[in-house]
Amino acid sequence: MKIMNCPLNGPRNISEFVWGGEVKEMPSGPEVSPRDWAGYVFIENNIAGVVREWWCHVPTSFWFIAERNTVSDEVIRTYPASEVFNRRVEFAAPAKGETK
Amino acid sequence: MTSMVETGGVNRLPDSFGRLIDRKRRVAFSFEGREIEGFAGDTIAAALAANDQWVLSRSFKYRRPRGILTMAGQDSNTLVQIGAEPNVLADRRIIEPALGVMGQNYDGSLEADRGNVIELFGRFLPVGFYYKTFYKRGSWKFWEKIIRGRAGLGKVDLAAHHGYFDKQYLFADVAVVGGGPAGLSAALQAAEAGAEVILIDEWPALGGSLCYARLGREGDAAFNLAEKLAAQVKAKGNIHVLSDATCTGWFADNWLAIVKGSRFYKLRARSVVMATGSLEQPAVFRNNDLPGVMQGTAAQRLIRLYGVRPGRKAVVLAANDDAYGVALDLGDAGCEVQAVVDLREQVPETAMVHATRGRGVPILAGYAVTEAIPGTAKLGILGAAAARIAREGETDGAAAVFECDLLCMSTGYSPAGQILHHAGTKFTYDHAANMFQPAILPPHVFAAGSVNGTYAMEAVLAEGRRIGWAAAQDAGFARGTEPPAVTGDRGSFGQTHAWPIFPHKAGKDFVDFDEDLQVKDLVNGIADGYDDIELLKRYSTVGMGPSQGRHSAVAAVRVLAKETATDLATLSVTTQRPPYVPEKFGHLAGRVFEPERHTAMHHRHHELGARMMVAGLWYRPAFYGKPEDRDQAIREEVQAVRSNVGLIDVSTLGGLDIRGPDAAEFLNRLYTFTYAKQPVGRSRYVLMCDQTGAIIDDGVACRIHDEHFYVTATTSGVDGVYRLMLQWNAQWRLDVDVANVTAAYAGVNIAGPRAREVLAKVCHDVDLGPEAFPYMGVRLGSVAGIPARLLRVGFVGELGYEIHAPASQGEALWDALMAAGGTAGIRPFGVEAQRVLRLEKGHIIIGQDTDGLTHPFEADMAWAIAKNKAYFMGGRSIAIQTARPLTRKLVGFTLEDPSAPVPEECHLTVRNGEITGRVTSAVRSPTLDRVIGLAYVAPDQAAEGANFDIKIAGGRLIKGRVVKLPFYDPETKRQEM
Repeated sequence: MKIMNCPLNGPRNISEFVWGGEVKEMPSGPEVSPRDWAGYVFIENNIAGVVREWWCHVPTSFWFIAERNTVSDEVIRTYPASEVFNRRVEFAAPAKGETK
Repeated sequence: MTSMVETGGVNRLPDSFGRLIDRKRRVAFSFEGREIEGFAGDTIAAALAANDQWVLSRSFKYRRPRGILTMAGQDSNTLVQIGAEPNVLADRRIIEPALGVMGQNYDGSLEADRGNVIELFGRFLPVGFYYKTFYKRGSWKFWEKIIRGRAGLGKVDLAAHHGYFDKQYLFADVAVVGGGPAGLSAALQAAEAGAEVILIDEWPALGGSLCYARLGREGDAAFNLAEKLAAQVKAKGNIHVLSDATCTGWFADNWLAIVKGSRFYKLRARSVVMATGSLEQPAVFRNNDLPGVMQGTAAQRLIRLYGVRPGRKAVVLAANDDAYGVALDLGDAGCEVQAVVDLREQVPETAMVHATRGRGVPILAGYAVTEAIPGTAKLGILGAAAARIAREGETDGAAAVFECDLLCMSTGYSPAGQILHHAGTKFTYDHAANMFQPAILPPHVFAAGSVNGTYAMEAVLAEGRRIGWAAAQDAGFARGTEPPAVTGDRGSFGQTHAWPIFPHKAGKDFVDFDEDLQVKDLVNGIADGYDDIELLKRYSTVGMGPSQGRHSAVAAVRVLAKETATDLATLSVTTQRPPYVPEKFGHLAGRVFEPERHTAMHHRHHELGARMMVAGLWYRPAFYGKPEDRDQAIREEVQAVRSNVGLIDVSTLGGLDIRGPDAAEFLNRLYTFTYAKQPVGRSRYVLMCDQTGAIIDDGVACRIHDEHFYVTATTSGVDGVYRLMLQWNAQWRLDVDVANVTAAYAGVNIAGPRAREVLAKVCHDVDLGPEAFPYMGVRLGSVAGIPARLLRVGFVGELGYEIHAPASQGEALWDALMAAGGTAGIRPFGVEAQRVLRLEKGHIIIGQDTDGLTHPFEADMAWAIAKNKAYFMGGRSIAIQTARPLTRKLVGFTLEDPSAPVPEECHLTVRNGEITGRVTSAVRSPTLDRVIGLAYVAPDQAAEGANFDIKIAGGRLIKGRVVKLPFYDPETKRQEM
């Protein structure tokens, strides 16, 4: 069984973790076209190479980011999500009537 | 007969042979119904051989008699049936009193198999036979029964007793696989360096080949070395030895699977030394599969491990010096060696060759065995024919026939590199050594000894020490001094012949004994176009039998190289995957550690006679009463809630405490409703959708404080909801703290018209009056002195209070309420009654009435979607979906015919033969005395009063009619009392 290094708990069996999808930016706001939105929701890039992924250490519910080579299944680096997400995210309030 | 028992069988050798047997203890067992006596420590095959029983099984396809090949559990010739247990390795299983052993793969008897006639038709069973014959001509249906009857190995007893199997986890700094000279010295050196070492060895005694092979002229040199090394290992406190244990696989990051008896070990090691040795390879010639033809090492194992003479008159087919050790050992064991037939043109005059000559044994250099001469019914051999080698794989001139009942093959080795393969090691063919050898090892994996191509004993020991040191250092230990690098001859040259394959024009020159594949089968397969080893394997089935190509893979790739005129160095053997040897289902399935979750009131439910059901990991009461009274019990529980008062354990409901200045904003983003203006002391429905807009969870959010919400979630959904909350806030970084307090709180729902009256007896600090504590209100107070969160919610549609209290006091809470409700006749109710009650109220259950695609508009939940929110999870998808016409709608229905049967979940709703949806819930309502349910129908069938067809069991169509929800108490006055 593979070992993954949790930035909070150290090296642990991979069975203690769940995968949370690729780290990708969410297009926000009602102006996002259905096509772009569907791309965000349904399409995974699934590249052969190094990807950035969400992983969660289940017993402690700690989410972090792993850089993993999808060809060799080698986990290159793991780090807290705060390295990437370090600012509060706000969503713009919709203009009046824009509820579709 | 008497004398046979005294000596342990006609072929039993004197006391100086047989390291593994205890001659003081006799063990009687039966083979094919015949009583056999052996000694404690004998394997089945050894005891049988001692008693002159050489046929052990029949081959899979041609039903040819088969006997001992390796004596190492590496081949399928020795697979036997013991009671309900098929495919037992007779050359590894130790005999026990009264063991009943039977041969496999025959009709009639082992020695006179009716199925053996199939061999006469052998030429009609070419490679690819099944594909070519049965499928192409469309006659598979006819043939399938016959073929399946003949297929498979052994007999499965479906009523077999389930044995006890368990698992254990082990940890080591250095794991050493293989207890031969390389493994022993590696373990010693790693332990010397300070590492905790686990040594895994397949055999009962450490030493590997030293236990049976011959090092030079003196017969005991090898064994003395084994004893010395084993004693040193035993003296080391930091070496833990697992004997009789097989490492069946390497998995990522040095996670080893090990089978020992009925225990399955999972071992995690920092570094691993593979000292798995090598496998002697059979030579290929006509009738090389018959009983009496065995590997030289098999004969040596019989002699030295079990004290059994492997034959009376022998011929040794040689291509290395070890063959002469075999010849000497045979002579020592009283077996007359007729000749050594050596494939090599030049035989180096080593000490053992010299000693062999000295015993007057003729050595035929540059000769090959062209065929073994079968005895009656091929149950053994009468002789071996040898002829001069003309060119690679061919002989000419007259064959000399030597009379013999034993033909030993000692023509070369192949690394036992299966587990190294699992670890991703690449093997390349070495033309000088005529062997595949590990080329590049993965990190933290090491190899030593003959698996690494090192055969010369001094080099093996030195390499073991060196590699043991390296592995310890890799694991972080470096006490003492580094052993010197291995220099000089490693002894890999001259061990293995380049082409020990002599095809015969009459065939039966087997490359693969498991699958009865001859040279021509492979040649034909290649000619059919399957000229890649992986394709050839699958087409011809070479290497796909129980021994997984351990003796056929190298020969197959040699044939392929020759037929395709390819350099062997550019080819490889087929990929090896775990397990190395078969694991039983019991090893994998036995004793799993599946947690169960019990609520604080679990014991009370049992005392009340509850039938429990599983909800995720939780156990919940389904209903209270005997199984045969199920329907009656559920009906009475429903009636108690509707007309009096009931109590249900809802502790399994998810509970999440959301605290912080951004708590309301956080809920706004995750749930479809709005929470910013929700007053303290009120609860509000929560509906969660995923980013595709599909409903994934629901519950209520109770505002306990401006900055504190207590949010409930479904039993099975809460862990996922909690995880999603944390994942999103890892990105949003809102000022909020989320805690999953599901297990911290026990919960009950007291429901029914008399709920207030009962609760009032034990709750004195909360005004329970309908105005002071209205429907959807939330209060903090105490019940029977237990601090509690009280929620007025209405899942079952009656006046009711959910009471959430610390889990440690859950049982006391339950007891207090049951006592308080005693005079009112309070009745505990289970999940089944709750399902009926909620359906009467038209409430959906997420996951039952919704699926992975249900969006809120389909489930008529548009009311729960906030307008004018900046963002919420799934919001954009819902907006896009709402702009499109609905494709289905969840509706409440009843049946036109009151006497029609209750449809079941997932019965289809159909129109003109087309599926329009399905039933998601349906019951006969005890309150309304008619069938009610929820179903997906086409949007144009969803209007109140519309009819649709439901296809129930047996294909019958019954009519459903859409009715407005809720079925019960449409004005919802009862829950707001």
